[in-house]
Amino acid sequence: MEGLLNAIVLITNFAVVPGLAYGSQLALGALGVTLTFAVLRFSNFAHGETMSFGAMVAIFVTWGLQAYGVSIDPLPTALLALPAAIIVTVLFVLGTDRLIYRFYRDKRSDQVVFIIVSIGVMFVMAGLIRFIIGPNDQIFTDGARFLISARDFRDMTGLDEGLAIKTTQVITLATAAVCVLLLFWFLQKTRTGKSMRAYADNEDLATLSGIDAGRVVVIAWALSAALATIAGTLYGLDKSYKPFVFQELLLPIFAAAIVGGLGSPIGAIVGGYLIAFAEVFLTYAYKRFLGHILPDSWMPDGLAQLLATEYKFAVAFVILVITLLIRPTGLFNRRST
Amino acid sequence: MTGFKRNVLPFLVFFVLIVLTGTLQSWSLAFSILNLCLVSAVMALGVNIQWGYAGLVNFGVMGFTALGGLAVVLIAADPVAAAWQAGGPGVLLALLVILATVVITLAVRRLIRHAALRMIATAVLVIAGLVTASMVFGPSTEAIEGVNPSLAGYLGGLGLPVLLSWVVGGLFAAGAAFVIGKIALGLRADYLAIATLGVSEIIIAVLMNEDWLARGVKNVVGLPRPVPYEVALREEPWFRSLVDALPLGSVELSSLVVKGAYIGLFVVVLAILLWLAETALRAPWGRMMRAVRDNEAAANAMGKDVKRLHLLVFVLGSAVIGIAGAMMTTLDGQFTPSSYQPLRFTFLIWVMVIVGGSGNNWGSTLGAFIVWFTWVEAEPVGRMVIDHATAWLGDDSSVRNHLLANAAQMRLVVMGAVLLLVLRFSPRGLIPETDRR
Amino acid sequence: MSFLKAEAMRGGYGNDDILQGCTVEADKGEIAVIVGPNGAGKSTAMKAVFGMLSLREGRVLLGDTDVTRMKPTERVRHGMSFVPQVRNVFPTLTVEENLEMGGFIREDDIKGTMDEVYALFPILAEKRRQPAGELSGGQRQQVAVGRALMTKPTVLMLDEPTAGVSPIVMDELFDRIIEIARTGIAILMVEQNAKQALEIATHGYVLQHGQNAYTDTGEALLANPEVRRTFLGG
Repeated sequence: MEGLLNAIVLITNFAVVPGLAYGSQLALGALGVTLTFAVLRFSNFAHGETMSFGAMVAIFVTWGLQAYGVSIDPLPTALLALPAAIIVTVLFVLGTDRLIYRFYRDKRSDQVVFIIVSIGVMFVMAGLIRFIIGPNDQIFTDGARFLISARDFRDMTGLDEGLAIKTTQVITLATAAVCVLLLFWFLQKTRTGKSMRAYADNEDLATLSGIDAGRVVVIAWALSAALATIAGTLYGLDKSYKPFVFQELLLPIFAAAIVGGLGSPIGAIVGGYLIAFAEVFLTYAYKRFLGHILPDSWMPDGLAQLLATEYKFAVAFVILVITLLIRPTGLFNRRST
Repeated sequence: MTGFKRNVLPFLVFFVLIVLTGTLQSWSLAFSILNLCLVSAVMALGVNIQWGYAGLVNFGVMGFTALGGLAVVLIAADPVAAAWQAGGPGVLLALLVILATVVITLAVRRLIRHAALRMIATAVLVIAGLVTASMVFGPSTEAIEGVNPSLAGYLGGLGLPVLLSWVVGGLFAAGAAFVIGKIALGLRADYLAIATLGVSEIIIAVLMNEDWLARGVKNVVGLPRPVPYEVALREEPWFRSLVDALPLGSVELSSLVVKGAYIGLFVVVLAILLWLAETALRAPWGRMMRAVRDNEAAANAMGKDVKRLHLLVFVLGSAVIGIAGAMMTTLDGQFTPSSYQPLRFTFLIWVMVIVGGSGNNWGSTLGAFIVWFTWVEAEPVGRMVIDHATAWLGDDSSVRNHLLANAAQMRLVVMGAVLLLVLRFSPRGLIPETDRR
Repeated sequence: MSFLKAEAMRGGYGNDDILQGCTVEADKGEIAVIVGPNGAGKSTAMKAVFGMLSLREGRVLLGDTDVTRMKPTERVRHGMSFVPQVRNVFPTLTVEENLEMGGFIREDDIKGTMDEVYALFPILAEKRRQPAGELSGGQRQQVAVGRALMTKPTVLMLDEPTAGVSPIVMDELFDRIIEIARTGIAILMVEQNAKQALEIATHGYVLQHGQNAYTDTGEALLANPEVRRTFLGG
């Protein structure tokens, strides 16, 4: 019995909790991708850089606040910096729309043109970010590190295995939950939110009904930039901030959005957690886990790992390919494309 | 506009820039830039064949480039006999098992009509095959990686002439493209883009982590060259007389001769590929290809097998990229999987094609020349600009020093800006596609 | 003079004029039906009246207002409403949200209008929480018409409302359209099912080659042997 409990605690500590946090970050990123796709009808390859940009602004604001001794200990100062970072990022993204994307929208350019344009934006943003903050690691987490440390947990329960819950993990989950609730309230209950869904559903009919396309586009960009900032900052808090990481995150984020169904917010969330848990559980070494529940003679020799950690991106990719082959509209898309 | 002004003048301007670099900075740098311009031109040609001829979005350029690089290691590096003894048969057996799995799975899929059953059978067979393969594979690779890990720890290559690897690099890339194309070419443009991007990331992940294959992140250095070594060159009598005749030091001249030899080789490859591509484009095949690109539905209705044509073009374009990848690794003399970044190896090539003129081989070549030149020169120029712009801050300013340290990143901004400007104001590129009817 | 009057319309896509000076009218409480063979320019005429196609010649009058130069959305504000032939609902929005979006430009309370629509189409009240994309073809047409009614239009334009629905559903829809006309709305519609449509029409316009071939009351057109032979298949 205690063996089973230990096994459950172990896997919760090393797979479930990190998976939840990572899934939340992916879900927020995928929501941004899915919203821009729903309204603007293209996959935004610059979205990873938007996350990076938002996180970068949050870091600068955090440093500023720290310099003035502002703190909300035990919570990280970065939370306080988020609103300002969101505003700056939203303004920047709206600027790119004004300057760049709007031209092609008015021309009703092909989706591929938008993708290539977003590559250009990606280059510019990537350069600016590396130019401003530099290409290296930045750590900006402060406040209490753990909500429960492994030792406390062991002392409390008397089990062999500890369960450590980092503050950043709890904050990630809580923030993601709040964001998702707010977003769904906005989309389902407000007139503006409904008009955005209507526009995503049927552009021409929405225009006929007097829905202002320009306004819907602005809101979609703003929401996607805000979500990107939050996702990027949470990811940076949870791990660390490295500009190039966000390029790598693009693939699992796209995978999450596509698995759920591009354009479907619920799909993006489910997709985010699905990809995260698939990555975590397939690359988790089950040796110690099995040690708690199996008799010694049954123990496997190796780490009992299904896939080397280095290949975790392959998991996202394989899920993506299977989705594209079997159900290209994703899990939650009622619209036939 | 006359043909000369449109097509030849830009190339002349480019060569003036190279000469300027040679006289103002150094000829060694100018030759280096020219070498990578030529390699980039081959890569851009590959992308242009796919995107410009057929409208296929391949964001996996990086992966095909790396496969070309891998070919250099596998063909030209010296074999590691001890490693072959330790785990060679095991690895071969594992590969055989995987191959057999693929063949059996495909055969079974053909036999089973029921969709759900077919899916289950596929999954079972694939998993069984992978498990069997990994049972032999794991211990063998461990044994290989244990053989003299600081210098070898991998199977090595075949020790064949390095030029052969350029062909093999093309074949590797073509093989990978065939498999990817079979699966992904029917997809919508954005899905194809994401899928190819994903494949390229996975290829890099494999190369970085499968040490038995090409030493992973430990890199393979000292790959054989198709041209003489500088040290050997300096012993040659003809070279000595050349040193006496020219106002250059022997070290500098030897490096120039080596780089010049690479330039010669690359020009030959580029010329052959350009000639082939141009011939194909002018042939009925090229006309058909563009007809398919411009109106897929009509081409389908005319009974053209669009899927087949797309696959063919995807494979050919990728092969060209693979050749370029092998050329680049040969030029570097080393294979470093961790150096492959999508910005540099996929998206920069795309900038070249779009800026140069998609659908026009001369355009993509010019684009490659100019974009690579800008990519390299944006760093010193950027630093100079920032140096002047922040001079008023004083040398102790941390902002100034920080900006100067990151000046190299400005080239990303320049590239993005160039791409966006061309897309906006000259969407058909510097040398646009001509209507050949 | 009729309330809606589109006179001598000439225009089309590119250089070729599809409309060669045709005229259609509809007065409040009346049903005007445009019929004619394929390619006669029926749908084009409809789009021109609504401003989705700019005219080279001719004008569109709504009461005393000349709306010829107005964009479709402006015409909606002036009391015109249009039900496109296809893609005429928001599929992932619920029935109620569809109606709400129909009344998007209104500043006042739309609850009353929504109740009127539900009274007209009781099945929609039942399915108000269901996504419109999950309804049957006939029900979706009802949502489309309901959505268009949400602006409290004076003119309702329908582009082949019965395309692809069963005869029973078609009769049902026509009954509703008569009811709508009785509330004092001018109805202009294009119909493929010419016979049935002319039966309920106050006025009928037979178009051919972008011109008015025959114009009369629905009854008279149905009785006209020439029209019967050429356009109604005997």
